[in-house]
Amino acid sequence: MSGRVKLEGNYAIVCLEGEIDLHSSPVSRKLILGCLQEGKPTLVDLSSVAYIDSSGVASLVEGFQLARQRQLDFGLVGVSPAALNVLKLARLDKVFPIYASVQERMAKSADD
Amino acid sequence: MLGEEWTMMRVPAQAERLHALRGLVREQAIIHGFTPDVVDELVLAVNEACMNVIQHGYRGTAGVLELGVRADVGGIEFRIRDQAPVVSLEDWRPRDLDDLRPGGLGVHFIRQIMDEISYLPPPEGQGNWLSMKKYLPTQENVT
Repeated sequence: MSGRVKLEGNYAIVCLEGEIDLHSSPVSRKLILGCLQEGKPTLVDLSSVAYIDSSGVASLVEGFQLARQRQLDFGLVGVSPAALNVLKLARLDKVFPIYASVQERMAKSADD
Repeated sequence: MLGEEWTMMRVPAQAERLHALRGLVREQAIIHGFTPDVVDELVLAVNEACMNVIQHGYRGTAGVLELGVRADVGGIEFRIRDQAPVVSLEDWRPRDLDDLRPGGLGVHFIRQIMDEISYLPPPEGQGNWLSMKKYLPTQENVT
């Protein structure tokens, strides 16, 4: 797995790619929690995620919870079919805010 | 230990070996005719069971994990062997999905995906021997 953070407006976009498993999920966790600890609203781009297991899902849940504690916006964008199927199995597809793209989330912010 | 009909992989019980174990599951599930969605689910379920061995069985100590795969006209069976302290299915505690917390999803995934789960008596009387089966859809239940 590889991961990087880019900034768009006041948002941090965490882009994750490849396979998120027990071996690589500490990296995704660190990236997601790091952005939120810096006080940035955070979107996690899962469009290039080929595989995610329960440890990867756990890092998303941790992010969601920390964002709620800190009253920061948090969501998933461009969720790949492979990742979406796993979120559905965990019944988390209705828990996480999910957007087609970063642009879609930004457009919604403009409407708020 | 297992007959010629089994395809085996024996690895150190380490997180970095999960990728190779998933590769074997994917290859065998495709060969035996499972649909792409079910192949993905089988990969996830076996990965979670192997993760359990690494995280909760050996708890970070060194150990060996053996994955065996066998298929016939009825479906596919996975067997995972370890030498970690003995566990039983009663030890598998899936979490309530409404209770939003990071852990405990793996057992839920395995139970949701597999058709049969059992612990077999380990051949040398030590460790654990988990069997998980998934049936191929029969002609009657294909719509």
